[in-house]
Amino acid sequence: MFGEGILKGLAETARNFAGSFVSPERLTTVQYPEERCEPIEESRDFPFLVYDGSDWEAGLRCVACQICEKECPPKCIYIEKSVDKKPDYIGKPQIYPKRFDIDISVCMSCQICVEVCPFEAIKMDTEFELSTTDRFGGLLYDRKELAKSNEYYHTIHPTEATEVDARLAVEKAKAEAKAKAAAEAAAAKAAAAAVAAKPAGGEIKA
Amino acid sequence: MIKNADQIFVILQHWIMSLFPSALQPAVGALLAVVTIICVFPALFAIAVLLERKGLGRMQNRYGPNRVGPLGIFQPVADGIKSLTKEDIVPASADAVVHFLAPVFLVVVVFMGYAVLPMGRNMTLVNMDSGLLFFFAMGASTELSVFMAGWSSRNKYSLLGAMRAVAQMISYEVPLLLASLVVVMMAGSMNLGRIVEVQNQYSWGLPHWFIFTPWGFAAFLMFAIATTAESNRSPFDLPEGESELVAGYFTEYSGFKFALFFLGEYVGMLSVSGLGTTLFLGGWSAPFSFLTWVPSWIWFFSKVMLSICVFIWLRGTLPRMRQDQLMNFAWKFVLPLSLLNVFVAALWRFLGEGYARWGVCSAILLVAYVVMAKVGMSREHFGPRSYRYAE
Repeated sequence: MFGEGILKGLAETARNFAGSFVSPERLTTVQYPEERCEPIEESRDFPFLVYDGSDWEAGLRCVACQICEKECPPKCIYIEKSVDKKPDYIGKPQIYPKRFDIDISVCMSCQICVEVCPFEAIKMDTEFELSTTDRFGGLLYDRKELAKSNEYYHTIHPTEATEVDARLAVEKAKAEAKAKAAAEAAAAKAAAAAVAAKPAGGEIKA
Repeated sequence: MIKNADQIFVILQHWIMSLFPSALQPAVGALLAVVTIICVFPALFAIAVLLERKGLGRMQNRYGPNRVGPLGIFQPVADGIKSLTKEDIVPASADAVVHFLAPVFLVVVVFMGYAVLPMGRNMTLVNMDSGLLFFFAMGASTELSVFMAGWSSRNKYSLLGAMRAVAQMISYEVPLLLASLVVVMMAGSMNLGRIVEVQNQYSWGLPHWFIFTPWGFAAFLMFAIATTAESNRSPFDLPEGESELVAGYFTEYSGFKFALFFLGEYVGMLSVSGLGTTLFLGGWSAPFSFLTWVPSWIWFFSKVMLSICVFIWLRGTLPRMRQDQLMNFAWKFVLPLSLLNVFVAALWRFLGEGYARWGVCSAILLVAYVVMAKVGMSREHFGPRSYRYAE
């Protein structure tokens, strides 16, 4: 009422002013290009394609099923299927994307492509220093620019990548077990057939 | 030697003048002084902007600009180049002529005020007998420029900002004049140089500045409040309240015209600081009698920069007022107190020398302050909100 609040406020700002010179821990600003924050595991910006192994082209997990292309709300994904097939991580021959383009100037980072992908092939990146002088071509990424190794995925989202790896391993084991069971069943069937044929012959003989 | 340092600019001016034929000398002298003012105050403007941005940053525990040059000291240069190279957009439905004239008029008028400010011993451009009146005439003309800008832009935010600005400036013009009137009553002159001369006396080593008297102190506070409002500074920055009005009356200005408005605002702030210094802080006189050997212009400019720092400090501290609070404050608090202060100053004069007048005048002002604060500024409606019609 008598202006004592103003004096109190002035004292507070004066304390901040002086304090920022005396105690540097008051200044919370991270001076960006020279200093950087710790990378945040939960952060995301634009999608990338995961590949296994060392050859990005051979190791791409994507099978060009085009679910992400259809689900993408701003329609920033463009996929062309291949005619031939290449083996996937299980060894099963699969179609692969001949073209896979993402226009990150259109992408809205919603992560729906990641949610719908049944093959764990597309994940969200955390790279944010993407500025370019070419706003059309420079922001339209083809599959080579999008392809990033599983190791890189482990460095940016370690928890999530471990879960994904475990899931893929389980699936692979299941597939192998199934293949094995199928092989065994086939073998057993063949053996049974052989056994059945023999007694039959024997019977004939007998 | 010290005397030369004090008068160095005057000596320099006379030396340059002596190079010209005598018929041209007055014109050359005036031109020199004008050019100096037009160069020095924009430079001070750059310094003030940098001080403000760094100081406000520190008050908010930030660094402030620190990229351009060492410690960011070239930031004003970068800002200037940026605003010069930006596109100058005039709205299609704006009144183009008035839209162009508004910032030019503002800058011209603001610089005119410097003509009568004594910036040092013998350093007044025009030693006008009615200098104070001239200064206030020029200061009040900025309102016209503000309204020209708001009106010609044909934008609701501009117009609202301009209307707020005009209402505010006219409201605070009255206490501003009344606060300065006290000084005129005491000094017996409207000549700013004469006002400084009156304050430039010392007893026991201390100066006779008007701020060191009860009426002078009260007038200085009211003058400071009114000038803050006049220069549209926080907490009275409603005309450009960016949370309500985008940028107020200069919403539709870009590029160099915007820079001119910015310049006009800060140069205006510097000029009212100069006036406050002249009226209450003894102008170019030294704060202690043993410091009178320091050149007078150093004192003037350091007092002005100190006032700017106080402006910045206030801006970093106070939130923006509401329009009704602003008006209430002007008409219900500052104006009655400044009217009373005129009476107190007269009393001081007629009580004569002695200690009695100190007690009487201080007591009257203090009692008035307490009563005014209790009555005028009481917040009896302040409390839990009640909804009468919403039951």
